[in-house]
Amino acid sequence: MTLQLIGICVLWAFLFGYVIIASIDFGAGFYNAYSVLTNRSDILSSVIKRYLSPVWEVTNVFLVFFFVGIVGFFPQTAYYYGTILLVPVSISLILLSVRGAYYAFESYGVAGHKGYATAYGIAGLLIPASLSVVLTISEGGYVKMVGGVPQLSYRELFTSPLTWSIVVLSIVAVLYISAVFLTWYAHKAGDKNAANLMRKYALIWSAPLAIAAIGIIIEFKGHNPFRFERIIDVWWLFAISGVLFLITTYLLWMKRSYGMAIILLFTQFAFAFFAYGISHYPYLLYPYLTIHDSVTNHEMGIALIIVFILGAALLVPSLYLLFKLFVFDKDYVEGAHDEHV
Amino acid sequence: MNESAVFWSRILTEVTLSFHIIYATLGVGVPILIMIAHWVGIKNNDEHYILMARRWARGFVITVAVGVVTGTVMGLQLSLLWPNFMQVAGQLIALPLFLETFAFFFEAIFLGIYLYTWDRFENQKKHLLLLIPVAIGASMSAMFITILNAFMNAPQGFDMVDGQLINIQPLVAMFNPAMPTKVAHVLVTAYMTCAFILASIAAYKLMRGSNHIYHKKALYLLMKLGFIFTVATVIIGDFSGKYLAEYQPEKLAAAEWHFETSENAPLVLFGVLDDGEIKYAIEIPYILSVLAHSNPTAEVIGLDQFPVEEHPPYYIHYFFDVMVMIGMFMLFVSAIYLLAIWRKWSFIRSKWFRFIVILGGPLSVIAIETGWWLAEVGRQPWVLRGYMTTAEGATTSNHVELMLILFSILYFILAVGSIVTLHRMFKNNPIVKEIAKRSSKGDV
Ligand code: HDD
Ligand code: HEM
Ligand code: HEM
Repeated sequence: MTLQLIGICVLWAFLFGYVIIASIDFGAGFYNAYSVLTNRSDILSSVIKRYLSPVWEVTNVFLVFFFVGIVGFFPQTAYYYGTILLVPVSISLILLSVRGAYYAFESYGVAGHKGYATAYGIAGLLIPASLSVVLTISEGGYVKMVGGVPQLSYRELFTSPLTWSIVVLSIVAVLYISAVFLTWYAHKAGDKNAANLMRKYALIWSAPLAIAAIGIIIEFKGHNPFRFERIIDVWWLFAISGVLFLITTYLLWMKRSYGMAIILLFTQFAFAFFAYGISHYPYLLYPYLTIHDSVTNHEMGIALIIVFILGAALLVPSLYLLFKLFVFDKDYVEGAHDEHV
Repeated sequence: MNESAVFWSRILTEVTLSFHIIYATLGVGVPILIMIAHWVGIKNNDEHYILMARRWARGFVITVAVGVVTGTVMGLQLSLLWPNFMQVAGQLIALPLFLETFAFFFEAIFLGIYLYTWDRFENQKKHLLLLIPVAIGASMSAMFITILNAFMNAPQGFDMVDGQLINIQPLVAMFNPAMPTKVAHVLVTAYMTCAFILASIAAYKLMRGSNHIYHKKALYLLMKLGFIFTVATVIIGDFSGKYLAEYQPEKLAAAEWHFETSENAPLVLFGVLDDGEIKYAIEIPYILSVLAHSNPTAEVIGLDQFPVEEHPPYYIHYFFDVMVMIGMFMLFVSAIYLLAIWRKWSFIRSKWFRFIVILGGPLSVIAIETGWWLAEVGRQPWVLRGYMTTAEGATTSNHVELMLILFSILYFILAVGSIVTLHRMFKNNPIVKEIAKRSSKGDV
């Protein structure tokens, strides 16, 4: 395997990690706000809080890891994306900051504020929407080189149906992933009402998810035939993902083995995410930047990979401990003790 | 090149870093202090110190949250505002930046665990163990980011041939000459600042009439620690000066208004520049030569050795003076306090002395800010000293002003939010109430 291939695989895996745990987090915030506004917060809030509180900072680090890693492995991305993304990413950052900080303010300072909860819930949907625009831009067609400097055409970006379908998909995926996860978590906590409610939400969002995903593949055909072909090349990966999706919804529908449903959910998204990534290969920004011409020098590449292996040896056990204490610990999940500082 | 984009990028970077550094400093120093208090509590079986650790940890959650989000902003802004710089720096110095993310990761995981497992373990020591990775992770992340900054001041570990980078050696780039003093000074000033900030709070409570032994214990512990860290700060600060004299003489010369290369160089404090003449300044003979070379007669290189367009802005002189004065002042205050405790002098319980201790926290933060401004503005016009100017590194986007406005609003909201939350948190749960609650549970 070449350096650039190892690099992009590691980064893509971390981005996948971020997409999954951030989706759970963003969606949970939305459901929490919704239940506060419809006066059903007694059903959901405590379950959601118990999961989110110890892990919120970890979610953010996945994102940091991704953007630091991509500048490390592919320094030219800093130039291309840095120049064009100033406005869109700044907006995401502001939303992310307000949401992150106010989560801490609310849960440790002044609890149960309706305004905070609402703002928090809405920001949680706007963030994936605004971040997903970066993926759209990477598809090409919205960036032009003007005198050697990349420039983003906002008009084309915001009038393109592809942009909006990706935005819709990202929001629906967030709502679906977190609903399935919280169904399982609430079920584990022995909280029947919450589990049933979340199961209902998961089923509600499953159909829009399927429609949005298929819709995007069709959009591609009109937007960029080359990219469409690449997607068709890996159709079988998308097909596996689709089958897994059907099994997950079936299990939810039958109220059976939620644990299995969660595993299938993650696998389903992993297949779709990696199939998309493979179809994107080798472009980082179509058609200007590929992983081959932007990769860093050999010495730095090796150094980064060594650090990554050592770092993973440290992190995997620590993450295991975190999940063992707060996700797989029956007493904690059921809220048997209150050990918050 | 886009002049206004360069200007606004500089301002936005200044604003973001000046804001992040306050919360980052708390993030580096406070875990160490929590650890010490928790350990003293366990060792002496004294519930007061354990409560100290617990209350500081509670406040820490709020400051960490702001530190994390502003750090994320900073990390992305480096690429957004300085894309040309990051493209080059990415090839040379990505290693410490990448290492830093692992340090964060490690810190974040164990912080979550530490905060949510109070009283979960029979043995308190086990719980304390969980804090060690947090403290190590925080200090390591400060170390790695400071290595990046040191590299910008003293780049090495590569060759530039016809604009191409060759012979890249990531480890040589990391262990550059600026690194030892910079890392040591940044870490120890963070510990010092946090000790004095927490001491300010204890002194404030005492001045406002609380006579609780809890605050007295806290103040004594923190002043002791503050004294030790300040001694280290001043010593390492002196080494930083020697580093500058050798590797970045133009920064030291601008900071000292040392225009002509000369022997027996005096230290110039404050004053104003009038047409190149220094007026109203306090001059301490020989001290600049001592600071630069530990020798009162040594020759110190002046600004005359550098072309005018490479002179850093002269106003960094004031930043240097303010930082050094604050360091000396805090050394004096904490030494007097300890002496007074030992000799049983009573004036340290007077209002005016407590007021001085209260000033210590904000003053230390000012020293951190002026220290960074000195270091960063003093590097101008370079972003990568000797290789790339700040203007060459900047973005060409036309929207930077607008982003500056948006981010300024964000920081304002975060500052107000964090202060209000901290205030409420401790007002609603004063120490007397918490001790009463715990003793009724039979814990004390
Ligand atoms: C509590 C804060 C604080 C205090 C009391 C001091 N410093 Fe400092 N100083 C810093 C906080 C700081 C800093 C924020 O940590 C800096 C900014 C960049 C850096 O490397 O450290 C710094 C930079 C800095 C530099 C520039 C290094 C460079 O640009 O590479 C010098 C020469 C000194 N310091 C010297 C001193 C001396 C002689 C002090 C004597 C009292 C002193 N500092 C007190
Ligand atoms: C890759 C990393 C960095 C880059 C590209 C960078 C770049 C810059 C630039 C261009 C400025 C503007 C200077 C001026 O206008 O005079 C600046 C200012 C500043 N930087 Fe750095 N810097 C970096 C690292 C750091 C680090 C690690 C810190 C530590 C907190 C830091 C602290 C500051 C501060 C406080 C200022 C404000 C100085 C002023 O008032 O001008 N920087 N930085
Ligand atoms: C160019 C300058 C800097 C950049 C790009 C930067 C980047 C970051 C990032 C990305 C985070 C968030 C990490 C997370 O999600 O957990 C962060 C937080 C943090 N930063 Fe900075 N940082 C800079 C300067 C500094 C300096 C100079 C220090 C120490 C003196 C520092 C200490 C910390 C600490 C301790 C945290 C963890 C949050 C906390 O405990 O408050 N940073 N920084």
